[in-house]
Amino acid sequence: MSIPDYRLSQLETLEAESIHVIREVAAELERPVLLFSGGKDSIVMLELARKAFAPARIPFPVMHVDTGLNFPDVLEFRDKRVAELGVQLIVASVPEAMAKGLVKEEPNGSRNRIQTPVLLDAVEQHGFTALFGGARRDEDKARAKERVFSFRDEFGQWDPKNQRPELWDLYNGRIHLGESIRVFPLSNWTELDIWQYILREQIAIPPLYLAQEREVVERQGMLYAVNEFIRPRDGEQPFRATVRYRTVGDANLTAAVRSEATTVEEVIAEIAVTRMTERGATRGDDKVSDAAMEDRKKEGYF
Amino acid sequence: MAPETYPTVTDADEPVDVHSPVAEHAVELATARKDILRIATAGSVDDGKSTLIGRLLYDSKAIFEDQYEAVARASKGDHVDLALLTDGLRAEREQGITIDVAYRYFATPRRTFILADTPGHVQYTRNMVTGASTADLAIVLVDARKGMVEQSRRHAFLASLLRVPHLVVAVNKMDLVDWSEGVFEAIADEFSAFAAKLSVPDLTVVPISALHGDNVVTHSANTPWYEGPTLLHHLEHVHVASDRNLTDARFPVQYVIRPQTEEHHDYRGYAGTVASGVFRVGDEVMVQPSGLPTTIVGIDGPRGPVDEAFPPMAVTLRLADDLDVSRGDLVSKPENAPTATQDLDALVCWMTDEPLRPRQRITVKHTTRTARAMVKELAYRLDVNTLHRDREATELGLNDIGRVRLRVTQPLFVDDYTRNRVTGRFILVDEATNATVGAGMLTPAG
Repeated sequence: MSIPDYRLSQLETLEAESIHVIREVAAELERPVLLFSGGKDSIVMLELARKAFAPARIPFPVMHVDTGLNFPDVLEFRDKRVAELGVQLIVASVPEAMAKGLVKEEPNGSRNRIQTPVLLDAVEQHGFTALFGGARRDEDKARAKERVFSFRDEFGQWDPKNQRPELWDLYNGRIHLGESIRVFPLSNWTELDIWQYILREQIAIPPLYLAQEREVVERQGMLYAVNEFIRPRDGEQPFRATVRYRTVGDANLTAAVRSEATTVEEVIAEIAVTRMTERGATRGDDKVSDAAMEDRKKEGYF
Repeated sequence: MAPETYPTVTDADEPVDVHSPVAEHAVELATARKDILRIATAGSVDDGKSTLIGRLLYDSKAIFEDQYEAVARASKGDHVDLALLTDGLRAEREQGITIDVAYRYFATPRRTFILADTPGHVQYTRNMVTGASTADLAIVLVDARKGMVEQSRRHAFLASLLRVPHLVVAVNKMDLVDWSEGVFEAIADEFSAFAAKLSVPDLTVVPISALHGDNVVTHSANTPWYEGPTLLHHLEHVHVASDRNLTDARFPVQYVIRPQTEEHHDYRGYAGTVASGVFRVGDEVMVQPSGLPTTIVGIDGPRGPVDEAFPPMAVTLRLADDLDVSRGDLVSKPENAPTATQDLDALVCWMTDEPLRPRQRITVKHTTRTARAMVKELAYRLDVNTLHRDREATELGLNDIGRVRLRVTQPLFVDDYTRNRVTGRFILVDEATNATVGAGMLTPAG
């Protein structure tokens, strides 16, 4: 090791902090599960979990809340990664929950809110007491105030006014039956940190994150790639454009951005000079109101 | 709920030229090796803290166009109200309060910054202690018109209590005192005299105007008499590497790794985060509580085997002998081990409505060890404004700080907080509610 002054870089420090958090949960909470969507943040979180327990296997399963509106590339990536790591994958399916009448499709076609009851139902069924999520505090002002160990009551609700003080790295994971802890190992990472780490560790990502010529339509100033969930509407003229995805959410709501970034290095270049936050640029679902995230989190959303 | 609308994205039509000199330069800056500086800020409603943070975020380009535009639209008057950049939750706006510590992120080519933004009034001590617990540096804001007030003293005291190694006093609103050198010097002198009593190792005082940006990022023409650094320059250059304890090797065992697979049949590793000191392969070490000696035969880091580990690395130690080691045990050196004790003398900050009283039972979490304890004695309660010790006190209320003796059901492996911020700290957890109700810093007995 060639660090004569015993200093870690910012990436190494964040990595160490995240691994500490992941190990703490495995040591203190009985049934953890890691939420894995195949998106870049959860990919990094899963890689950190692998490092935390190597050469042993990750000692908890991963879960995907499947809205039924996934990019096929991302599902393929998810299954491949889970198989490589030899971890158990639990799929909590929104379409199945709709078929059973547990939740109803919302008029705007977004399944962002209705995935919450599906998540909570799966948590109860499996008796999970800790749920790892890949959220970062730099994403949203509601997230900026959330703890690394975020206490949730038996309904999975977040109460911003009644959070446990979180001092040093002494995390309090004590809960009563039915309660749970949402754990955010990536709390202190920024979008740029995530990409730099993907580059540094040569972590595989779904191809959607890189620029490619795709057939798109323009809606309210945003570009949506034509796929099985996005069909051109009357008056919309599909055209070809070189685009990539900055976030990967539901395929019917996630917009692409014009981009020339075909490698991770180029993505970093793009982000380093870009002037638009990732959720603001590409996620229709966060723009419902100024406090959209705050509302969803109180209902038990991640 | 408002109808769904999509934002207008003005730059979506123009892809970034990822091969331009600007982009290449940005990559170079973004990927340069940096370290992290953790900052705690404290202040009351009117001292301009939110404006200062907004200014730091905006001037360091941590604010994106859509965020800035939203703030510009919401601003009243003829300038953009940067304080709105740190605007909180709707629950807070509705009640006109700030609930809690918020974390902000910004970076320069030299450093990345994690800023714990703590509100000034409600739950003041609890929030400040939380924010300061991880901080390398604390910024105390002082309104130049008012000078040092009671709250400034409290801020400085709490930062010193938590052993935040660097303190910055930002004398704000200098524009409102006509950039008076005399006003600034008087505040700086008064603060220095107070800080000397608190054992603050490093104090820097900067005259600023957060509103107009003077001396925040660039030197101000309004303060030709000021020869010190701008605030951001100081944050970028303050030397923090030597703040860590690299002398006393301490490794609390967090998790035992046993793959039990064919490939790694005999692997048994002790995972944890190095609390302090340096561990090397070949080192003779001792494991508490057994006290048995052994040797480190391997250290596994996130990228495979390494020769040595130092704080805050998360690693896995492999030991020569097959000892009975489990979570909560502590690896150190035979000639330099922490004190194993069931009696804890500590300054405790109490964080809940139900007061702390002698005879109370409580749970202590210290490094990776959790144990039940009883409050044996409250020696005194500290007045954080006057530093007076009230020895008649019979309880600690919400946001009180006092010296407490606890008797723990099993030995903990401890150092004084002034010597070791990791093995000298603990939290207190309520046995009934499971809430975190206190923070403790170990002090020498007596």
